[in-house]
Amino acid sequence: MRIREAFRTWLRKEGSAYGFLSIYALLFITFIVIPVLAAILLSFTFFDAIQPPHFIGLNNYIALITQDDIFMKYVLANTIQFAVLVGPGGYALAFILAWILAQLPRLPRTVFALILYSPSMTAGVAMAVVWKILFSGDQTGYLNSFLMSMGLLREPIQWLQSPHYLMPIMIVVTLWSSMGIGFLAMLAGILEINPELYEAAAIDGLKSRWQEIFYITIPSMKPQMLFGAVMAIVSTFQAGAIGVTLSGANPTPQYAGQLIVNHIEDYGFLRFEMGYAAAVSVVLLLMVLFFSRVATRLFGSGEEA
Amino acid sequence: MFKKWLSRYTGNRNRGINPKGFHVSQIKFYVLLIPLSVIMLLPILFIFSSAFKPPDELFAFPPRFFVINPTLKNFTDLFAKLSTSGIPVSRYLFNSIMITLVTVIASIMVSSMAAYALSKKKFKLKQTLFAINNIALMFVPIAVTIPRFLVIERLNLLDTFWVHILPVLAMPVGLFLMKQFMDGVPDEVIEAAQIDGASDWYIYRGIILPMIRPALATIAILTFQAAWNNAEISTLYINDESLRTLAFYLGTLTSTTAGANTVAGQGIAAAAALIMFLPNLIIFIFLQGQVMSTMSHSGLK
Repeated sequence: MRIREAFRTWLRKEGSAYGFLSIYALLFITFIVIPVLAAILLSFTFFDAIQPPHFIGLNNYIALITQDDIFMKYVLANTIQFAVLVGPGGYALAFILAWILAQLPRLPRTVFALILYSPSMTAGVAMAVVWKILFSGDQTGYLNSFLMSMGLLREPIQWLQSPHYLMPIMIVVTLWSSMGIGFLAMLAGILEINPELYEAAAIDGLKSRWQEIFYITIPSMKPQMLFGAVMAIVSTFQAGAIGVTLSGANPTPQYAGQLIVNHIEDYGFLRFEMGYAAAVSVVLLLMVLFFSRVATRLFGSGEEA
Repeated sequence: MFKKWLSRYTGNRNRGINPKGFHVSQIKFYVLLIPLSVIMLLPILFIFSSAFKPPDELFAFPPRFFVINPTLKNFTDLFAKLSTSGIPVSRYLFNSIMITLVTVIASIMVSSMAAYALSKKKFKLKQTLFAINNIALMFVPIAVTIPRFLVIERLNLLDTFWVHILPVLAMPVGLFLMKQFMDGVPDEVIEAAQIDGASDWYIYRGIILPMIRPALATIAILTFQAAWNNAEISTLYINDESLRTLAFYLGTLTSTTAGANTVAGQGIAAAAALIMFLPNLIIFIFLQGQVMSTMSHSGLK
C-alpha cells in the first residue's frame, strides 16, 4: 500500500517530466545506448552473423594490436594524420575565420559566413560528383587539364587512384567542408562578448590585437570554444568515409586513404567478422572520448574535467 | 571636407568587434576573405555550371569551367531516366521529400518536448540525464553501424519507411541546443501561467514553443540536412529499391569507378547534385538569423 502511495506522489511530482522526455529517451536508448553497449559486448566475442556470437575474451583486441598489420601500418597512421590535420587544423581555421568575420559590419559578415558555411551543408554524397570530375584521371579532368596547359604536367595523373595524392585530396576536401555548426557557434560566441571588456582592457594597457584574442576573446567564449571543439572532433571521425567515396573502392588503393571507419566497414560488412569490427568500433569511440576529454581540459569550466 | 570624410573611416569609430560600418582597418580582412570565398565557392559554382551544360560542352576539350549555352536538357534527361532496377527518378525525389518532411516535424516535436523537461521541469535525474546527453554529443554514429543494424533488424524495421526517420530523431545536438535556448526563457513566465492554472501541455505548447522559434528553426535545419543528405540508411537498411532516397540515387550515379567515368553522365549527375544542394542553401538563407541567435546559447560548460 505504501509503495503505491509513494508511486502516486512521485507520479504527481515528476511524472509529467518523464512524460515529456519519454519519446526522445526511447529513441536515444534504442539507437544510441543499445548499439554502443552491443558494440562493447560484441567486441569480446567471435561473431560472423550466421552463428550466434561466442565469448572469446580479449582476443579481438589482442589480434588488433599484434596481428592486424594493416591496422597498425596504415589505418592507425592514416587516421592520426588525417585527424590531426583536419581536427585541430580545421578547428583553428574555423576560429580564425570566425574572428575575422566578427571584425566586419553585419551585411558583409552575413554574406561571407554564408559562403564559408555552404560547403558544409552539402555533405559527402552530393559533392562526390564534383570531386570526381575535377580530379578525373585522364586529360579531360579539370585539374589535369589546367596543370597540363600551364606546362606543369606532361602526363595526366590518376589523382584519386594514386596512393600519393589520395590522402592530401581527402584532407583538402574535408577542410573545405569543415566550417560547420562549430564555426557558427564560435562566430556567435565572439559577437556576444561584452564590448566593455575590450574597453576596460585597453585602459589597462592591453595593446595588440593578439593580446586581445588570448586574454579576452578566448577566455570569454570558452563554452563556445568547447562546443566547437567537440563538433570538430566528431565530424573529423565521422568524415572517414570520404576516402572510399572518392576512390570508389574499399579498401582504398594500397590502403592510402584507409581510415578507422573504413576498416570497420571492411571487416563488418565485407568480411562479416562482426566481433572484430566491433572491437575496432570501440577503439574509435574511445579515441573520440579521449580527444573530447583533452578539449574539456583546455576549455572546460573545470567541473567535469 | 575630404579630411572629415577620411576620418569617418579611419577614426576610432567602427574599429574592433561587430562594427557598424566600414573602416580602413577592415581592408586587410577583405583582402583575405575574398580570394578564400572564391575558392570555397568554386566547387558549388561548378555544379551550377555543369548542370546546365549541353552535351557538346560537357565533352569539350580542353574542358571549360563555365557554361556558354545553358540548357535544361540534363534535368529533363534526369527525370526521364529509370534506375537500373526500373524505378523512376521522381520516385526517389518523392521519397526524399516525404522522409525529410516527416523527420523535420517529428524531430522538432520530440526534441522540444525533451528539452522542456530538461530545462523547465524539476525532477531528481535532471542533471544526470542532461550530462548523459552531453556525453552523447561526442557520439559518432558511423562507429556503431553494425550493432545498429542488428537492433534495427530485431525491431523489424528493415525495408520500412520508418527506418529513415527514427534513427535520425535521436539527435543529441538538437536536444542540447534547444535546452540551452530554453534556459533563456524566464521561469517567471511559467510560474505566472501555473498560478493561472495552465496545464503542462498548455505551457509547453502555448507559451514555450512560440518563445523559442529561433531554436526550432535551427533544429529544423540540422534535421533537414541530416535527413535530406542521408544516403547511408538507404544503403544499409533498405533493400527495396522503391524506398530509397535521392541522395542514395545520386551516389549510384557517381559510384562508377574512374576509368568507366562516363562524361555524358556528368551533366545528369550535376543536375541531381544541384537538386540536392539548392534546398539546403535556400532554407539556410531564410533562417540564418534564427540560427545565429540560437548559436549564441550553444556554449558547453
